[in-house]
Amino acid sequence: MLKTFPAGGIHPPENKITAEKAIGYLAIPESVTIPISQHIGAPSTPIVNKGDNVKTGQVIATCKGFVSTNIHSSVSGKINRIDQVTDTTGYKQSAIIIDVEGDEWVETIDRSKELVTDIKLSSEEITKRCLECGIVGLGGATFPSHVKLTVPEGKKCNVLIINGVECEPYLTSDHRLMIEKGEEILTGISILMKALKVDKAMIGIENNKTDAINHLAGLTKKFKGITVHALKVKYPQGAEKQLIKALINREVPSGRLPLDVGAVVHNVGTAYAVYEAVQKNKPLFERVVTITGKSLANPGNYFVRIGTTVNKLIEAAGGMPEDTGKIVNGGPMMGKALKSTDVPVVKGTSGIILFPRNESERTEINPCIRCAKCISACALNLEPFLLMVLSEKGMFERAERERITDCMECGSCSYSCPAGRPLLDYIRLGKSTVVKMARERIVK
Amino acid sequence: MNLTIVITIISLSLLALISAVILFFVAQKFKVFEDPRIDQIQEVLPAANCGGCGFAGCRNFAEELVRSVSFDGLNCPVGGADVMSAAAKILGREAPVVDPLVAVLLCNGTPEFRPRTSKYNGAADCRISNTLFAGETDCSYGCMGLGDCVRACAFDAMYMDRTTELPVIFDDKCVACGACVRACPRDLIELRKKAKKDRKIYVACSNCDKGGPARRACKVACTACTKCFKVCEFGAITIENNLAYIDAQKCTFCRKCVNECPTNSIIEMNFPPRKVKAEVQEEAVN
Repeated sequence: MLKTFPAGGIHPPENKITAEKAIGYLAIPESVTIPISQHIGAPSTPIVNKGDNVKTGQVIATCKGFVSTNIHSSVSGKINRIDQVTDTTGYKQSAIIIDVEGDEWVETIDRSKELVTDIKLSSEEITKRCLECGIVGLGGATFPSHVKLTVPEGKKCNVLIINGVECEPYLTSDHRLMIEKGEEILTGISILMKALKVDKAMIGIENNKTDAINHLAGLTKKFKGITVHALKVKYPQGAEKQLIKALINREVPSGRLPLDVGAVVHNVGTAYAVYEAVQKNKPLFERVVTITGKSLANPGNYFVRIGTTVNKLIEAAGGMPEDTGKIVNGGPMMGKALKSTDVPVVKGTSGIILFPRNESERTEINPCIRCAKCISACALNLEPFLLMVLSEKGMFERAERERITDCMECGSCSYSCPAGRPLLDYIRLGKSTVVKMARERIVK
Repeated sequence: MNLTIVITIISLSLLALISAVILFFVAQKFKVFEDPRIDQIQEVLPAANCGGCGFAGCRNFAEELVRSVSFDGLNCPVGGADVMSAAAKILGREAPVVDPLVAVLLCNGTPEFRPRTSKYNGAADCRISNTLFAGETDCSYGCMGLGDCVRACAFDAMYMDRTTELPVIFDDKCVACGACVRACPRDLIELRKKAKKDRKIYVACSNCDKGGPARRACKVACTACTKCFKVCEFGAITIENNLAYIDAQKCTFCRKCVNECPTNSIIEMNFPPRKVKAEVQEEAVN
């Protein structure tokens, strides 16, 4: 019997069109737009000026505060300007725009392809290197990794969990990475284990990726303390708390962190980025992005330099199909629709999905019929229908008591609602208001 | 038989008497004094309980009026000067004159001026749309047309125009309670001083982008070109955050700025039609 988390969950159609497509390299564009806020926490501070020449991998914005990280140039060339550009939501955000000239890397980066398994750095040095190299969680949340590697006093981590679940339909970037860069990922995991001072790491992979499970399980013989676990396919298993529950059967209490139950969760993509940062001294300036869609001529997985526009990705995939109705940044469940394709790929972009017009419209909103499907679907045992009504009516104190802040916005409730109610939209609104209220209380 | 009735009457009377005595003392002990003027003032207030005064309801406001020493900052926008002077009379005070206000929408981005570049079909709620993305147009400051303000209005003073996709405010019904101002997540509604014959001159734009992007997103956007600022003789116009603002207190309704604005983002309302220049000259000749 395969492991999984007990409460809720849904089974959306997988549509992993690009699962067999090897990761290619996307051509370096003529110019890149690198936003200064690509992670959770304070935006970085630009340290370059207009007209400066930068090399690939050079720091162009430094971290501000503990929960923040460095940002590096993904190309070599000249800084065109530092300006306000529209981001994926259509709002303005500061970004550094660089005109590309050649591809000259910083000398300290080891560009060789050979595998280095010998870990020379100490645990503190690894954490420091993660900050220097701008490593963030590549699962989508983009939480700075060095923060997760810093275990606060009085807390102890005894197991490292590696998230290779990729439960979102369509996306295959982690899947391909596990197949093609298995040894690098396992070395990365060993590095993370050393940084956290744990001797046990568990990789959780959903059972629809048997090739990746077999490949990694075969390789783990060479690495000490790492085990691979096949999990039953169920969305949202890639969520931190659900994965911990599935793998080690510990439940993270409401409002607490995985570290409170002795676990730290990192994504396989992050493990690969950590490997490159620590062993090759290569900062995070490119990532794997899945470009997919049912009507696309040539969907695939690509290593994309941060700051490349989505346009270039779509071009590489064979151009925008005629019937495109919606373009989603991220997975189809949690991703957000793009307002324009002229936006850059950032550290958190795991995929771009082009939906045909007949799949992009929402259904008509009907009254709630009290079927409780949303309650059955919720992986956190919340009552989505109630939270929606409370947010809609502005009853935020009550919503807080009903634990609206526990919601991880996985969208299972909206997906399962037969009346097509915008449950998550309102819950998100309520959640952000409650968080704001709580913050104001602390200030008082 | 008769005896039973007598006993019943006597015992019940006794019980009533004892209870009455107890209740009398309890009432004395727990007596709460309430100023009778609160009730009187509540009588004259509009009983709309709209919250326009900043208090939870009319009763709250009445209590505050009685409690406070001066009328500073206390005003019932719904009742206006009449109600406030009536309330002041009850308290034997003078009500200060407060200018009546009216709500205006600081956006004129109709589909004609502000082309729609994307489509939103999520929940019809401005607050949600605002947190998700910049809106259906390229202007991330303008009205999203989903009608939070209309739903917030308790006085039927607003409706959503289907063709302009903007809310319309009826000046005669608007009581300046501020419910729409609080409902708008983009702060697009302003309470401005009500002028004679409901005349209005204001900058119907909230776009804080620089001139170029603002103009590209919307044909009637304020580009902060400062022409209006230069032409205004009364210092009523200020320019801040790439946006002009006309101070309703200083504006004399000379309408010079309206003509000067190259993007027509300054709106004049309820004025008699202007005389065409030729006519003016003719009149001068005659």
